[in-house]
Amino acid sequence: MSLWLTLAVNSIALGGLLFLLSAGFSLIFGLMRIPNLMHGSFFMLGAYFGVSFLQQGVNFWLAALLSGVAMALIGGLIERFLLKRLSGQELPQVLLTLGLSFIIADLCLMIWTGDPWQPATPPQLRGAVQVAGLFFPIYRLAIVAVAVVVALALWLMIDWTRLGAKIRAGVDDAPIARMVGIHVSKLFTLIFALGAGLAAFGGVMGAPYLSVYPGLDAEMLPLALIVVILGGTGSLVGAFVGSFVIGFLYNFGQAMFPDLAYVILFLPMVLVLVLRPQGLFGKVMS
Amino acid sequence: MSARGPRFFAIGVAIAILLTLPLWIANSYYVNIASQILLWAVAALALNVLVGYGGLVSLGHAALFGAAGYTAALLLKAGHGHLVADLAAIGFTLFVSAIFAILSLRSTGIAFLMITLALGQILWGIAYRWVSLTQGDNGVNVTTRPRFFGISLATADAFYYAVLIVFALAVISMAIFVRSPFGASLRGTRDQARRMNALGYNVWLIRFLAFLFSGFWTGIAGLLFVYYNQFISPQVMALQTSAEILLMVISGGTATLLGPIAGAAIVVVMKNVASAYIERWNLVLGVIFVLIISFMPDGLIPGTARIWRSGWQTLRARAARGVRVS
Repeated sequence: MSLWLTLAVNSIALGGLLFLLSAGFSLIFGLMRIPNLMHGSFFMLGAYFGVSFLQQGVNFWLAALLSGVAMALIGGLIERFLLKRLSGQELPQVLLTLGLSFIIADLCLMIWTGDPWQPATPPQLRGAVQVAGLFFPIYRLAIVAVAVVVALALWLMIDWTRLGAKIRAGVDDAPIARMVGIHVSKLFTLIFALGAGLAAFGGVMGAPYLSVYPGLDAEMLPLALIVVILGGTGSLVGAFVGSFVIGFLYNFGQAMFPDLAYVILFLPMVLVLVLRPQGLFGKVMS
Repeated sequence: MSARGPRFFAIGVAIAILLTLPLWIANSYYVNIASQILLWAVAALALNVLVGYGGLVSLGHAALFGAAGYTAALLLKAGHGHLVADLAAIGFTLFVSAIFAILSLRSTGIAFLMITLALGQILWGIAYRWVSLTQGDNGVNVTTRPRFFGISLATADAFYYAVLIVFALAVISMAIFVRSPFGASLRGTRDQARRMNALGYNVWLIRFLAFLFSGFWTGIAGLLFVYYNQFISPQVMALQTSAEILLMVISGGTATLLGPIAGAAIVVVMKNVASAYIERWNLVLGVIFVLIISFMPDGLIPGTARIWRSGWQTLRARAARGVRVS
């Protein structure tokens, strides 16, 4: 029984991490029509930043925050100076992000070597809480709590603020949004920076659980991809639901069919593609 | 038409060079690099069918490449003959290509790219994680190369000629394909999908068949690869390999016959040179990617020609202005 519970808690925690990763991915794809192939690299680079901050004795939350801010800056710069030059040309943009992801991966290998890093769980998050006779590790719960808070904040921002209205307008119809005077190109930079920052933040949050190692980027990118294909592009609810579905499939698949876990992970994606190509919560693309 | 003479001459010279290559480079290391270039050129030509002529950018072709390689390697390990293993490998690759095509051709453009990428990752995941079948990261060894009409392909030279024959067949089939009505209709679906549909063409079927054609030659290249290395590991199926093949197509210039071949030569040579001097091939690959896409999005050969032409024109314009001023 406790095995299933552990699996369930791990699944929810992974789902939370996946949401931090894929929310930005989904918004970037929805708004800018770029499947940002560096998104896994943002996650990994952010986690490495976090590791370095933690080694300097920085508090865990502060490290996650600093890493997120640093990555948001880097992401914003990449968007502003490299991607923007290619605006409107989807394919070159995708290939540019792919090229940059190779560069980031190799730079990480140079700086942080090939050995995995696993920062210790921060002291205030160690241990477990007992609810109804069952033990829940605090750290895993904290990841979920953070993901829920971020989801709420994003939802509030997108559904209830002026900025959010502009973003929604940009996702729905960028040319018309431009015509009514919304600076879509500034929104692009902002969303890209936000997505990069969230991915990095998620990377640090996940570091004590997943550890950080070369190849983490290539492992996270497909997960973000299937979450977004599953949930529908540009949809936060879709990203949220998709993240937890994939979180559960990953952990339970791993435990029950270790050889085929990776295939099981992609099955819902294949089903969705066949039955509902726009994704569970996506709108029909024009 | 006037360009025909020099063109035939150039092709003749190229054939002569390719045929006599092992004679004047005695070093088997370089002959092996030539074999690598030719086998990757087959893969690049295959991807170019979709990328160049179909306008469908696939990032899942490494999986097709690897599917052929793994099928052959596993069947050979199980004690089957080369003919059975190779035929089964091609059959399986076509089957996988059909599944890839059915799922990914529901969309075009960026969504097509994302789906092929995700599908490619599934096959990579099988090769990497299904350890009881594929031996995971340890890979599969292939102990022997096939004999070709009684001739052993164990030496670098013999293998080079075998690859050259396959390469020539691939080039010929591509040339026929480009000139055929099928090739024209594929280009039609790339440029004007809706008009093609209105004209009564089955756009989906044309793309599907093009995917199978591309998958077939990718599988052949995968077979050559596994016989060349006599080893295959999940690394071959990683996204990086798909990206490398795509870089070959793009760097050489898409929708040309020569482009992917030149691109394969550029990438393979750079990879070998780069890894001889620095360990950072990925970094180099990424930088080249970024540079090409930022400055020569139409490919190295057309891009160089364009920059050369515009430079030449600026010079001539300057010269003309200079004359007028004086």
